[in-house]
Amino acid sequence: MSRTLYDKLVDAHKVCDLPDGDMLIYVDLHIMNEYTSPQAFSGLYTKGLEVWRAEAHLAVIDHVNATRSREPHDTESKLLIDNLQSNCSKHGIAFYGLGDPRQGIEHVVVPEQGLVAPGMLIACGDSHTTTYGAYGALGFGIGTSEVEHVLATQTLRYKRMKTMRVTVNGDVAPGVTAKDIIMKVVQVVGAGGANGFAVEFAGSAIHSLDMAGRMTVCNMAVELGARAALIAADEVTETALKGHSHSGQFAYKAESWISDPKAIFDEEFTISGADIEPLITWGTSPDQSVPITANVPCAEDYISPKAKALLSRSLQYMGLIEGQSAQSIKIDTAFIGSCTNSRIEDLREAAKILEGRHVAKGVEAIVVPGSAMTRIKAEAEGLRAIFEAAGFEWRPEAGCSMCLAMNDDIAMDGERVASSTNRNFEGRQGRGARTHLMSPAMVAAAAISGHLADVRDFK
Amino acid sequence: MKDNQMTKTIKGIAAPLPLANVDTDVIMPKRFLITITREGLGDGAFADLRFDNAGRQRPEFILNKPPWTQANILIVGDNFGCGSSREHAVWGMRQLGIDACIGTGFAGIFYDNARKNGLALPVVSPEMRDLFLQFSSDARGKEISIDLERRTITTSGINTTFEMDDATQVALIRGRDDTLDSLEHAGAIRDYEEALQREARVSVIK
Repeated sequence: MSRTLYDKLVDAHKVCDLPDGDMLIYVDLHIMNEYTSPQAFSGLYTKGLEVWRAEAHLAVIDHVNATRSREPHDTESKLLIDNLQSNCSKHGIAFYGLGDPRQGIEHVVVPEQGLVAPGMLIACGDSHTTTYGAYGALGFGIGTSEVEHVLATQTLRYKRMKTMRVTVNGDVAPGVTAKDIIMKVVQVVGAGGANGFAVEFAGSAIHSLDMAGRMTVCNMAVELGARAALIAADEVTETALKGHSHSGQFAYKAESWISDPKAIFDEEFTISGADIEPLITWGTSPDQSVPITANVPCAEDYISPKAKALLSRSLQYMGLIEGQSAQSIKIDTAFIGSCTNSRIEDLREAAKILEGRHVAKGVEAIVVPGSAMTRIKAEAEGLRAIFEAAGFEWRPEAGCSMCLAMNDDIAMDGERVASSTNRNFEGRQGRGARTHLMSPAMVAAAAISGHLADVRDFK
Repeated sequence: MKDNQMTKTIKGIAAPLPLANVDTDVIMPKRFLITITREGLGDGAFADLRFDNAGRQRPEFILNKPPWTQANILIVGDNFGCGSSREHAVWGMRQLGIDACIGTGFAGIFYDNARKNGLALPVVSPEMRDLFLQFSSDARGKEISIDLERRTITTSGINTTFEMDDATQVALIRGRDDTLDSLEHAGAIRDYEEALQREARVSVIK
């Protein structure tokens, strides 16, 4: 019988069926951070339970740490950092702490260290764990109670999802990036449009992306509600895995981690790559986006009173006027970073726009490389010099930083940020802060212009 | 909770919260996340909706207005609980006294987190949800009753069924500990790991 890639991954990891209709699935690799794991360890201690298999876990500090310096910026964040370190050392769990050359944002670090491969199942107490689908691995985010469950049993209780295929055909135009592709998908399918689904991305526009681009696509699949995102392994995947001893042992059957040609998906979406333009979000949900050449919507664009009310609330929070042009939106801050867009490839794209140019007066521009290794590589390539000459602040320490502002990188009330991150929710980057999502190159273009701008005007 | 403390019905006043895409950053702002315990999160739940920048109650927010100050059920917009995996959102809602949210669909991680903490999330059609929004907007604070066993919601004027998968229904009614329950299958987990060893595909992080 024909099966989808998703079904093959679930079948391969099924330990047993449970009487209530769930199944137990096996977790090959479990990743932890300092903010969603403390209560999971406490749960183990309260119940008198052991860690089932310590060598199947990796802990990374990324969410709360400062990026200006290695020293924690306050006692609360230090408590979380020390707590994870002590829990890991107690149980013999691998720990990449501050100062470790492997430290960085978890979803940047894991592929960089060669710990992901087709056919694996990866769980982490972070919603953007869908990133690993770029490698044909089943990755998904879990809550803290489930972190405890994985620590104690190396498994999760799981219910099979429905399947959706999103095919992006043809090629995208120059200036259109992986970020624009996934933002377009979120716009078309809707935030929550894939709740209850595992999504496979297919089509030539997807398979012509490099691994960094594929990770950006799968990373933000959670913004449409997908509990898993997948891209079938191909030659690009195989090349990326070469030289990594860990993932090499899985990769021997990478060719089997694809959907059968006759596999049937519960839902299908098709998007033409040629129809995608560089996008920006104008609202407070990732599906509220328009092309950079267009205008913010008007109430008359919507029929239902609910949609009109949502528009009005979003615009009020964002401090925007109905129908104003996207490029008239002035910014205070430019931020390049996050698990979505802080890889070396992202920094190169932004640097291409910044080279020989300078950030507009009054704009504060920050770049936080995704990992210590990314930073060192970028410095060796001369990217740091380009960013700094353009007036960007180059942060020495890696972390999630202003994507969710759990550290001291917080946008102020009313501050408007052009951001290469994944969520434009109310208060996400700081209470009252206004976030516009876009590609890293578009953030660079906005930083130079002082307002949202079309990256295609910078060639 | 033990089997003898089963929760079969949830009764109370419902508050309408019709906004779509209420995300976990809104349910539990990040400044409440810097903690290593599950406690003390009730203050954080919907904090930016409940309080202004100076910490004063916003009188216009539904949960600050009687009778909804007593609400233990929320009628919510589409895609409630989207965004971050933070279970703190559910812990905070429970500590605020919320026992159930009636909606058209919930984000996956939020749904699973809710189940682990006894927060029931009955799913109904958009039309039925809108009826409940209307019903709960009545300032007389009329009672809603959710029967988990029969999967029904009853009010003085509405009687309907809701969707909930079997495993979640059982988990909510029995209030069981999933981790301890799953360890009863330790033998099956070991068998699976032996097969992994044979196929030489065991992930080991050094």
